[in-house]
Amino acid sequence: MVEIHTDEVIREIRRMCIEANTTLPRDVYDAIARSAGEEENPTAAEVLKQLVENADIAREEQIPICQDTGMAVLFVELGQGCRIVGGGLTDAINEGVRQGYGDGYLRKSVVGDPLERVNTGDNTPAIIYYDVVEGEGLVIHFSPKGFGSENMSKVKMLTPAEGVEGVKRFVVEVVREAGPNPCPPLVVGVGIGGTMDKAAVLAKKALLRPLDEPNPVPAVALLEEQLLSLINNLDVGPLGFGGRTTALGVKVETFPTHIAGLPVAVNVSCHVTRHLTTRLGR
Amino acid sequence: MPRRESQQTADCCRTASGTGAEIDEVVHLQVPVADKSELAALRTGQRVLLTGVIYTARDAAHRRMVETILAGGDPPIPLENSLIYYAGPCPAPPGRVIGSIGPTTACRMDSYAPLLIDRGLGGMIGKGTRSKEVIDAMIENGCVYFAALGGAGALLSRRVVSAEIVAYGDLGTEAIRRLEVKDFPVIVAIDTEGNNIYERR
Repeated sequence: MVEIHTDEVIREIRRMCIEANTTLPRDVYDAIARSAGEEENPTAAEVLKQLVENADIAREEQIPICQDTGMAVLFVELGQGCRIVGGGLTDAINEGVRQGYGDGYLRKSVVGDPLERVNTGDNTPAIIYYDVVEGEGLVIHFSPKGFGSENMSKVKMLTPAEGVEGVKRFVVEVVREAGPNPCPPLVVGVGIGGTMDKAAVLAKKALLRPLDEPNPVPAVALLEEQLLSLINNLDVGPLGFGGRTTALGVKVETFPTHIAGLPVAVNVSCHVTRHLTTRLGR
Repeated sequence: MPRRESQQTADCCRTASGTGAEIDEVVHLQVPVADKSELAALRTGQRVLLTGVIYTARDAAHRRMVETILAGGDPPIPLENSLIYYAGPCPAPPGRVIGSIGPTTACRMDSYAPLLIDRGLGGMIGKGTRSKEVIDAMIENGCVYFAALGGAGALLSRRVVSAEIVAYGDLGTEAIRRLEVKDFPVIVAIDTEGNNIYERR
């Protein structure tokens, strides 16, 4: 049995909050830079260059890439062979978020009650999804999520008869309707199957996968490619001013579902799609 | 009047529809403008560098301002010819005047904007689409909607010279701030005639 102290968890979460918000992940940075070279639309190319410049400034000066430093979203894989000591794991994660968003001069964007809307002042609580897995490690995926793009996300319960074509129509329609609002070029997370809520979580989880990693299932990888092509024909373009680069990537995750249903969730993410992973224990 | 100069880099504005010449120029605009005719001269797709004073306000501040006005009170900032920047910045780290500060999605302010436009608002800076009601109010009152570079808060923060909270300090990032900006880059997204950069299809 491996012991992991909550102090270590707090330290790691604090670090990830600051790093994720100031340093754009390599896969996203490279995809934007590559698109800037490939865009034929001069406006689009210019905008993409400015986005690269913005990411460079943020990294060099250690300031947030985007002022919307997001809600802290975490996917936690807790190995059955490890034991958390020193306190509660959820408390430790929230303390790490509190310290990271405070010490890192990140924006506090969370209101405590969705209707009363009073800011909690420390960007907590975090959104945490736990998975219990084999092994003696604690793997934490951190992805701060901005709401310009989150607001454009949708879930739809399709009928089985609508099939893969129905899925494509829905995903493309969500991106078309979102237009310039979610700060394209986008990363589009798609969850197919499960229940309504499961599809939504899958769509969020899909955003963690690096852009250069297609889904390991060939049929799903093909769907990702097809969706990306359809989306990039919409002429939304970078920040909605037109062009080929509406999305940098489409990531699809699937799960078994009910004989009567075909849930589909689209989680839209912006050109500042941030994700970091750390592993504690063994 | 706006000062014009020819643009050095690739023209950034060809996608604009319904617009005529002068699109390859960058316009320098001192804000707030002395007269709305300066705004009427702007055309959708033009790149503009703003210098002067603008105010930040987003969801919560709009709600309060509009409630105040509807109750017969005065808003906490001058509206006549002013520019409101839909933005909530990050806190300023030591040695900086402000943290990252890019635009937020404008359409969330659509239900509040027409009243402010009717009260003389000169322009709005944000990102994304606007409602028909907002565009109608803009046309009627000679108001302009500018798009700033969404998600580029680090870059844009460098163009802010000073920042000061002038109202609703309890709202944190959503407080109204008076910003002094220098060469703050925007694109005319919807001009005073209602030409819309996002309507191309």
